[in-house]
Amino acid sequence: MKDIYILAYAQNPIVADAKAANEVELIMPVVHQVFEQTGFTQNDIGFTCSGSCDYLQGAAFAFVEGLSAIQTNPPIKESHVEMDAAWALYESILKIRMGDAETALIYGFGKSSPGDLPFVSTLQTDPYYMSPLWPDKISLAALQAQLLMNKGVLTKKDMFKALTQSISNAKNNPNALVTAVPSEDDYLSADYLSSPLSAFDCAPISDGASAMIIGTEEAVAKLGQPKIKISGVHHSIESSNFGARDLSTSESIIGLGKKINLKSVKLDFAELHTQFTYEIPFIRGLLDLGNLDINLSGGPLAGNVMMAAGLDSIGKSYELLKNSDFHNGLAHASSGPCLQQNMLVHLEKIND
Amino acid sequence: MTEEKKDFFVSDISLSYQYTAGNATTRFLNKVAEGKLVAQKCPKCSAVYVPPRGSCPRCGIATEEELELPDTGAVESFTIVHIPIPGNPIVPPYVSAMIRLDGADISFLHLIQEIDLAEIRIGMRVQAVWKDKSEWGTTLENIKWFKPTGEDDVDPLVFKFKE
Repeated sequence: MKDIYILAYAQNPIVADAKAANEVELIMPVVHQVFEQTGFTQNDIGFTCSGSCDYLQGAAFAFVEGLSAIQTNPPIKESHVEMDAAWALYESILKIRMGDAETALIYGFGKSSPGDLPFVSTLQTDPYYMSPLWPDKISLAALQAQLLMNKGVLTKKDMFKALTQSISNAKNNPNALVTAVPSEDDYLSADYLSSPLSAFDCAPISDGASAMIIGTEEAVAKLGQPKIKISGVHHSIESSNFGARDLSTSESIIGLGKKINLKSVKLDFAELHTQFTYEIPFIRGLLDLGNLDINLSGGPLAGNVMMAAGLDSIGKSYELLKNSDFHNGLAHASSGPCLQQNMLVHLEKIND
Repeated sequence: MTEEKKDFFVSDISLSYQYTAGNATTRFLNKVAEGKLVAQKCPKCSAVYVPPRGSCPRCGIATEEELELPDTGAVESFTIVHIPIPGNPIVPPYVSAMIRLDGADISFLHLIQEIDLAEIRIGMRVQAVWKDKSEWGTTLENIKWFKPTGEDDVDPLVFKFKE
């Protein structure tokens, strides 16, 4: 099986409202940046895959319009996932492993400001039994957070610590949207959006886009930059029926930790796709991460572009490994309510 | 009192959005409000797009250069609609056509009226019929419809996309 490396990654500055700019105008700059980083053109790309959600734009097949951001003449091999672009990366990895391509361009984009995101997200739940009840994304997260607090898995203090660490770390990411660290008084006295979560506990509504290029050993060798290898990648999903899940744990995340053989790796950091404060201590416990640095980039609490934030965890891990002495990073992406679906990626710097 | 048993319920689905056209299309629509059709040109392949979406989908680059096009063009394709569509105020039969403006490399959908339906054909020269200026807004509906000019037809080969 071919080894696969990350060759380039770019993220737009995350904004609360991209105003008149449309998705194509958000995608073009990041795609051009990853081409600039590699010296590639679209002609050097074997497979192109994007992640987005039509419900964010409120138009059917809106993702097709996104293709106007890339060169499609001569015709390209292209695909799309109605998910976070982390899964577009996964599809691209499979394509390369199957021998269909040597390189892949991945991009994810989301403009959440035009709609009511907590309810837009509802339409990604089961359409027969769940979405007609209109459970919004924040209430579903609150359900899980409250359960974890009741079971003594975590406290409001753990959530505040996760928040302040994330937002303090956001200074490392020039594209971060939120950089002001709240005081404990402000945090504890904030009104609940859905008990026990206040606005501080939720990732901000964000607009933006990100792009990545991956490739085989031959492709990375030509670039003469640190080789960041995708040493392990797995994903798994739990039932769409909340009643069938034990929300106080995550079979998906625990199982992935075993599959990726985390115990055998000396991790330097983890970038988690955590859209709510409680998810950080929760996943820390599930994966037994101890005192490991989590979300050195600030993570989604500092800026959360829907359908790109999972890819950003992987991209930010790549940047950290490339620009520091770190050797092993763990990246996480999630999809669906209450961490229903998860992906873990082990990234490793390979010294020649 | 017995409670009525229901085996279903109706849950209304609706979401509202504040739709944005995009920076490039916004510039186009603001010009349409002044009665001008301003296309955008690809800096690489020179293709001219109207209405512009802000990028050349062949080259994947922004179309910054703008140029005003005339309100004349030709019929690239058409269909005669005989069936009424609920909510549509236009009375059938009418002509829906893809209009290629002079100087443009793509066409857009609009109506053709003031025509004998038997006469409509690909390559026919047409010109915009505008609403009264007092009714103009940021929409292509400022043009009521297109009508034949009576000029000689264009060769349909001109519709072939420039390589």
